[in-house]
Amino acid sequence: MSPKTLSLLRTFAPLLGIAALAVVMLVVAPAVLSPFRLNSLGKYTCWAIAAVGIGLAWGRGGMLVLGQGVFFGLGGYSMAMHLKLEAAGPDGVPDFMLLYGDGTMPAFWEPFRSGPFTIFAILALPAIAATVLGWAIFKRRVKGAYFAILTQAMAVVFATLLVATIQETGGFNGLNQFTQFFGYNLYDPVNKQMVYSITVVLLIVCLLIVWQLYRSRFGELLVATRDAEERVRFLGHDPANIKLVAFVVAAMMASVGGAMFAPIAGIISPSDVDATASIFLIAGVALGGRALFLGPALGALTVGYGRTSLSEAFPNQWTYFLGAMFIVVILLLPRGVGDLPRLVRSALDRRTSA
Amino acid sequence: MLTEKQSTERFRPVLNSRARRATGTATALAAALILSSCGGSTAGEDGASGSGCVDTSGDSIKLGFLQSTSGVMSISEQTVRDSLSLAMEEINADGGIMGKQIEPVVEDGASDPAIFAEKIEKLLTADCVAAVFGGWTSASRKAMLPVVEANNGLLFYPVQYEGLEASENIYYTGATTNQQIIPAMEFLAAEGAKTLFLAGSDYVFPRTANKIIKQYAAELGIEIVGEEYVPLDDDNWTTQVAKIVAAKPDFVFNTINGSSNVGFIKAYYEQGLGPDTSPIISVSIAEEEAPAMGHPVTGQYAAWNYFESVDSAANSDFIAAFKDKYGAGRPTSDPMEAAYTSLYLYKNIVEKAGSFDVDEVNGASDGVSYDAPEGTVVIDGDNHHISKTALIGQINADNQFDVVFSSDGPIEPDPFLEGYDWWDPAAE
Repeated sequence: MSPKTLSLLRTFAPLLGIAALAVVMLVVAPAVLSPFRLNSLGKYTCWAIAAVGIGLAWGRGGMLVLGQGVFFGLGGYSMAMHLKLEAAGPDGVPDFMLLYGDGTMPAFWEPFRSGPFTIFAILALPAIAATVLGWAIFKRRVKGAYFAILTQAMAVVFATLLVATIQETGGFNGLNQFTQFFGYNLYDPVNKQMVYSITVVLLIVCLLIVWQLYRSRFGELLVATRDAEERVRFLGHDPANIKLVAFVVAAMMASVGGAMFAPIAGIISPSDVDATASIFLIAGVALGGRALFLGPALGALTVGYGRTSLSEAFPNQWTYFLGAMFIVVILLLPRGVGDLPRLVRSALDRRTSA
Repeated sequence: MLTEKQSTERFRPVLNSRARRATGTATALAAALILSSCGGSTAGEDGASGSGCVDTSGDSIKLGFLQSTSGVMSISEQTVRDSLSLAMEEINADGGIMGKQIEPVVEDGASDPAIFAEKIEKLLTADCVAAVFGGWTSASRKAMLPVVEANNGLLFYPVQYEGLEASENIYYTGATTNQQIIPAMEFLAAEGAKTLFLAGSDYVFPRTANKIIKQYAAELGIEIVGEEYVPLDDDNWTTQVAKIVAAKPDFVFNTINGSSNVGFIKAYYEQGLGPDTSPIISVSIAEEEAPAMGHPVTGQYAAWNYFESVDSAANSDFIAAFKDKYGAGRPTSDPMEAAYTSLYLYKNIVEKAGSFDVDEVNGASDGVSYDAPEGTVVIDGDNHHISKTALIGQINADNQFDVVFSSDGPIEPDPFLEGYDWWDPAAE
């Protein structure tokens, strides 16, 4: 291959990767998997959507976001509130409010009866929250471990708040028993497959957005900020703004993932959005390779699948295996499994040159 | 970091027309794929749900055991798994259910409601089990309920809970509120209690239980002098216990669940309270938990439907078999007994129905009984709960319970409290 074709191939490799992923997930998977397995794959896809955002913020931006569960939860609970109200019917009140309280619905639930408002909220709520938070953090030049601790604390606070507001959010039990998704019966396998397809398409859209961002001037600046923030500032750019954009985009992607998680898993509860869940999201990204283009998404899909299959094969010991897998990957492949081809290539190069 | 800089080389911006065209192509490709996958989905997939896949042709029958064997609930739920395994071995040794050996399919709920929902769907649709035995927290049961209903499966749930629920697809072998909470209140009234303090974990069971307790207390003339909640995973009770000290209640009604009890008991004794001043009546401290409180809890009370100390032939056999299998140091407790009972009840229903089919099982379940370690229990076919005798035990120095109060025979289950005219579900 001539150097020119090689460089072209490098440019478009990510697109080929997306295309391959699309074919596998939209054509092959529905054909070979049972509805139950397809639904599980849909769940992993939701985590993958959040992981793509983490790849942007952490892999490219160097911000270790340990609290993405918060944004996952904002989207998830927004969607769940809408689905809950859909299940309750017009003017109906969600069942749990009668069970735990006196059956009056808090005012903030009311707008979620509207589908368009819910979709707006899924995008706007995390954007507003991340902007306010990010602005305060980045303008004060909080970074590194302090940033990580702060985001982690946010996830702890969020889960505690949800558990404590049992009459408003369902508390520890979370929200479940959804019957329809924007008018489509969720018990119908055809509609479940539609929800799955929508989720995969959203993953592809997020990958395309990130691909475009990486190729743009912004992508270069983001990496520059990660590697030498002071120099970027010296060149006349405000690193705070660059980081803020990446942080907000990552938050919105996590929210979209959470929003699709609710109808697919059929439930959203504090344990899906707390600090542990947030770390689980990060783990997938680290495993796949945080700075690689498809690494975060593939890592999240793999960890999701691994969790299911390991726990089915070894119901009593699986957590040890999962832990061991992380230790091995972090020790041997600190930049993720996706880094393996490069390591092999450089090893081969060394051998030929020697 | 030098290494990360290297990796960015691959993403050098190449904004030429070729790249733009490629983006367009990718978008078009994606759109085509969506259309193709949607088109494919409409073709017959209807056999996907429903428990019609249960295989009853062989000489074994698959049953699902779904407990948390990882996460915060694993300590409790493992004990249920153990007693289910014991019941299974006994039934298999005795010829199985309708001559079929039980083949267990074991899954981990991982203390996470979403995992419970996923695993029970797997058990019902992929493993095709005839019934699932599992769940502990109300959160896990609520998460499994829509799945088991959508697939017309069967779930046997072995833990006392807050009531106000009855599903065609669930059998509840733990107590509902009129078999545990309400008798406990009657015991307090008989003891002459005038004031009561409510302490609970912040989730659905304590909230609902306390709603019932408050309404019944008003009926019995008992004054509620305080109500405090702390999150499930929190064990700092210092400020809340200070309020108990100030209120000096005749009794403390404890609906705290899990390890948070340890923090509560610690603060309770540290601040000078004890069974002679403001005794505690608990609904989730059993033989397993009492020795793990970090302070002797002798003299305190608990309301259950089974204690290891229950004197019956069935219980002696159960205890002997359990200790034989798992060791003499292992206590037996109410949820373990309810799980053990649930498997025998299932066997009896199936053998009465002559079928593993869910609808036929439901049709036959009314009136099916079993001589359980707690006494004879009978299924109510309308609400799928079982009759149970309510017991109040006082903890002795060996961390066993001396029965100090017992209801007049088994109490019929009334999950929606329809037989109690003081109960108003819509009131605060």
